[in-house]
Amino acid sequence: MAALLEVSNLEAWYGESQALHGVDLKVGEGEMITILGRNGVGKTTTLRAIMGLIRSRKGEIRLAGKDMLPVPLHKTAKHGLGFVPEERGIFATLTVEENLKLPPVVAEGGMSLDEIYELFPNLLERRSSPGTKLSGGEQQMLAMARILRTGIKVLLLDEPTEGLAPVIVQRIGDVLQKLKARGMTVVLVEQNFRFAAKISDRFYLMDHGQMVADFPVGDLPNRMGELNKVLGV
Amino acid sequence: MTMIFGIPIQALLGQLLVGLINGSFYAMLSLGLAVIFGLLRVINFAHGAQYMLGAFVAFLGMQHFGMNFWAALIVTPLVVAIFGAIIERLLLSRLYDLDPLYGLLFTFGLALTVEGTFRYFYGAAGQPYSVPAALSGGTNLGFMFLPNYRAFVVIVSLAGCLATWALIEKTRLGSYLRAATENPSLVQAFGINVPLLLTLTYALGAGLAGFTGVLAAPIYQVSPLMGTNLIIVVFAVVVVGGMGSIMGAIITGYLLGITEGLTKVFYPEASSIVIFVIMAIVLLIRPAGLFGKDA
Repeated sequence: MAALLEVSNLEAWYGESQALHGVDLKVGEGEMITILGRNGVGKTTTLRAIMGLIRSRKGEIRLAGKDMLPVPLHKTAKHGLGFVPEERGIFATLTVEENLKLPPVVAEGGMSLDEIYELFPNLLERRSSPGTKLSGGEQQMLAMARILRTGIKVLLLDEPTEGLAPVIVQRIGDVLQKLKARGMTVVLVEQNFRFAAKISDRFYLMDHGQMVADFPVGDLPNRMGELNKVLGV
Repeated sequence: MTMIFGIPIQALLGQLLVGLINGSFYAMLSLGLAVIFGLLRVINFAHGAQYMLGAFVAFLGMQHFGMNFWAALIVTPLVVAIFGAIIERLLLSRLYDLDPLYGLLFTFGLALTVEGTFRYFYGAAGQPYSVPAALSGGTNLGFMFLPNYRAFVVIVSLAGCLATWALIEKTRLGSYLRAATENPSLVQAFGINVPLLLTLTYALGAGLAGFTGVLAAPIYQVSPLMGTNLIIVVFAVVVVGGMGSIMGAIITGYLLGITEGLTKVFYPEASSIVIFVIMAIVLLIRPAGLFGKDA
């Protein structure tokens, strides 16, 4: 499969300290991959560096063949890349609907507002409330929903299940399945690999700012020893 | 003569009107400061100079091009906004990554430069700018004489404040602006051109100051120092209202203007410091300001 998103030898820095030491990553169109790893190994940094939120970066990031390194941050979304941060980034001074409508539509094929409200009925009910008055789970739904409107092709999703009740985690899993069915390409960062195993095609295992393993979901049972060692569980 | 609390009612209403006029200017100027500070995190010390620039553009436009007051009301804010946009793009935008103190120092220097330049050419004395013919004279309300132009200023600034508030709170552009105030890099990652938004915001703030300057020209004289005198009070208003709160800046502007006017009636000696006394008390009790959110 030709890779839609191809990252090679990506390095990134926070000030003087290097956080990524040559990350290699390939994601095919419509594929959903999950990056596993302990806290602080550079999972979030990988997503932020791909998105361009971290500007001190080196290496290669290609989206559908296009070199993304020189693209300014506000033009990155136009090339089809979307990011949902771990803290969700819901705006307190905007209503739920204003939050939803905030990211400009960059391409056709995104969900309409009606489709979104059908998928997330809670958001319809609360559309005039301030965004941060929603529960944690609803905020996560809102954070994902607003990216789905834009028609991006590759979603970078950082720990969507963190701190959420099992029933909400289940719901987020359903939403991700639907996205996959629509052909969305997803790069997921997740601590909960049992959750990730249900929806991902492939796993990347990360340690010390590098990918140390890469295997399809079917290999998970054989890899448990290695996983436990690297994840320290 | 009718008296209230031993004060002639004419004097009371007269000062109330003066307070309302001053309050209008405070509200318009502190609104611009709050908008700029909210998004750019820059304390715009050049705000007084931009207000003065507005008055001068109107004055010079009339002198050299026969631009009347009504044209000035539209042209001047645009001229001052373009001036603001150029300043932001060429100079101020280079300071965003540095300590906020640099933005403050830069705009302070800019204010001194602009005011110094005008002082060099026009001296410190005020130039007269007459009230437009359609608004000259006044209306006798029976209990007091209301100059038409002053009534016009109060109504127009109220409309200007509400329009700005609606632009920020009720429009799509405003939602970009509010979101960028909270988390600029995420908004930029969504594909919104935040640097352009910053330029537009600074231009909007400067344009509001210019608009206020035109309104003020027929009331105060057009002088290079007119901004310096006013801006210190306006900073106090912003501190009382709470940095970054749009409605807070508007309401506080009017309230403090009226308070100042009433102080002139009841205890004139304190009228020039009453706003600063209120500022000190508010800072002690609610450091984030009356309408500010505790950060």
